[in-house]
Amino acid sequence: MRQFLTFIKKEFSHVLRDRKTLLILFGLPVVQIIIFGFALSNEVKNAKIVVVDYAKDDVSRQIMNKIEASRYFELEKRSLAHHEVEAGFKEGQIKLAVVFPANFGADLLHFNRAQLQVIADASDPNLANTLTNYLSTIVMDYQLALNENQAVPLQIGTEVRMLYNPQLKGAHNFVPGVMALVLMLVCVMMTSISIVREKELGTMEILLVSPFKPVLVILSKAVPYLILSLVNVASILLLSVFVLDLPVKGSVLLLFAESTLFIITSLSLGLLISVRAQTQQTAMLISMMGMLLPTLLFSGFMFPIENMPKVLQYISNAVPAKWYYIIVKSIMIKGLSLSAIWKETLILFGITMFFLMVSLKNFKIRLA
Amino acid sequence: MEAVIKTDKLTKRFGDFIATNNITFEVYAGEIFGFLGANGAGKTTAMRMLTGLSTPSSGSATVAGFDVYRETERIKKNIGYMSQKFSLYEDLTVMENIRFFGGIYGLSDKAIKEKSDMLVEQLGLASEKKKLVGALPLGWKQKLSFSVAVLHDPKIVFLDEPTGGVDPLTRRQFWDLIYAATSRGVTVFVTTHYMDEAEYCNRISIMVDGSIKALDTPYNLKREFGVGSMDEVFYKLAREARRSAD
Ligand SMILES: Nc1ncnc2c1ncn2[C@@H]1O[C@H](COP(=O)(O)OP(=O)(O)OP(=O)(O)O)[C@@H](O)[C@H]1O
Ligand SMILES: [Mg+2]
Repeated sequence: MRQFLTFIKKEFSHVLRDRKTLLILFGLPVVQIIIFGFALSNEVKNAKIVVVDYAKDDVSRQIMNKIEASRYFELEKRSLAHHEVEAGFKEGQIKLAVVFPANFGADLLHFNRAQLQVIADASDPNLANTLTNYLSTIVMDYQLALNENQAVPLQIGTEVRMLYNPQLKGAHNFVPGVMALVLMLVCVMMTSISIVREKELGTMEILLVSPFKPVLVILSKAVPYLILSLVNVASILLLSVFVLDLPVKGSVLLLFAESTLFIITSLSLGLLISVRAQTQQTAMLISMMGMLLPTLLFSGFMFPIENMPKVLQYISNAVPAKWYYIIVKSIMIKGLSLSAIWKETLILFGITMFFLMVSLKNFKIRLA
Repeated sequence: MEAVIKTDKLTKRFGDFIATNNITFEVYAGEIFGFLGANGAGKTTAMRMLTGLSTPSSGSATVAGFDVYRETERIKKNIGYMSQKFSLYEDLTVMENIRFFGGIYGLSDKAIKEKSDMLVEQLGLASEKKKLVGALPLGWKQKLSFSVAVLHDPKIVFLDEPTGGVDPLTRRQFWDLIYAATSRGVTVFVTTHYMDEAEYCNRISIMVDGSIKALDTPYNLKREFGVGSMDEVFYKLAREARRSAD
């Protein structure tokens, strides 16, 4: 145990003495928060929407058919009650709900105007925005067709409600994304580099010749980065609360617990890389290409996964950042508790165990 | 005499290439054993098998009485090692390095304190002990590296070209440290390219292309080859080498 503490202390000295490492470690989150502040627009296909039809008349049915025919939407025929919509959002299956009030068709016929309501899950603001725009266009089209042989024009109004994130703050979306990205980068790159550096310098040999257990070498490499990463999580959250005005709705404790799990995933990936790589440059390159890219592409943070070809959607399931991103979004923005995200947590746990096993097995006790 | 290292036909292959070929020798307790050979002869490879860093391809060996295949953990408790690459942390200070290596060898804080004070005094590093190791001249780094390798009083210390690139005066001082260690009962297994250093050893072996071609005291070897210096002994053997120097 004392040996272990000695080692951890030494790791901290390395980190704290290296300006470059420090800069990456703590500059990165700040820079990323700023960079990703610029929201990106997305195109959407086949987003699931649900209809709450209190009217059940010809007009509501016709609009429903129009929506269904569009390539943008996949209509769920489930007729949920108004209050069940929010539950649907929380499950994450449904992105948009269309509510036809009881007298929708009748109003249109008698008063020449009627109002339908669109409720969007705005925890992903880009997606919500795009979806509501598409939907309004469909309704407008329908209205135009309807008015072709009408003396008095009929008007269908669309009232849009954004749930969870009424101001469509992009930050809601990118803060969890930045967290996933920063943790992945810092943990994978830093651990792999710090282990490979010892190989390069020759100190790894000295460590392996000492009675200090190789598995402890790994653990003592992991612990400082785990701690520093949790500090990173804290600083991103502080930035988000005090600079971006974005509160954490759910349990902060749960958020840290899930982050710890994700950090362990990343640390084991870093370890896996360090087993293969012989130089720090290689370690850095593999970390960049092998981790950063999939994380950016497949976490759902920059590009909606719903839009991707099926193959890529399957691939995305193997990317740990995707699950972590969903989890953080659910806790931070939707304020959900563990009972709502246990499935994602379990998947992330599974992936973590897998990588941890593989990398521990691959870490050679002897060098040859 | 008690043998603390025994090898029997110890061999290491890398694919088709035999780096260390059937080497058999013994090292006795308390002696300074010189392990000589040209570049690429296989010295480092042999040393890595003995320290548990690398698994032999065939043959057998014991170090401090423990088997190199099955008992590496126990071997590690009994040896010190200074690798061919300089291997202290340059971004840590002299004291931090001593504390770290003492720590992972499980020395108590008190023992570390005592030993480091003594060591720093002995090396004349008292005024530099808070300096980063990276800022020290090479000779001092090597001396420090050796002192750290024997900090935990190992039975055997393995030194892989400990004086490479160091000036003659510093090399003399380095050997004074080695003698001081042997007087405390440490057995020294050392590789070197300097023939004057070979003369300091109790016994030496000379490796050529992976095999041991000669093994005896410097005196006997010179007599056997009918020459006046170790240089000439080495030259006679090494010119048969086929492996190009790397
Ligand atoms: N991991 C390896 N894979 C393949 N070949 C290797 C490996 N390690 C060493 N060799 C080869 O084995 C031979 C012996 O190498 P070794 O490092 O043991 O020589 P050495 O006697 O220590 O030389 P030097 O004086 O240059 O340090 C060399 O030709 C080297 O290229
Ligand atoms: Mg060598």
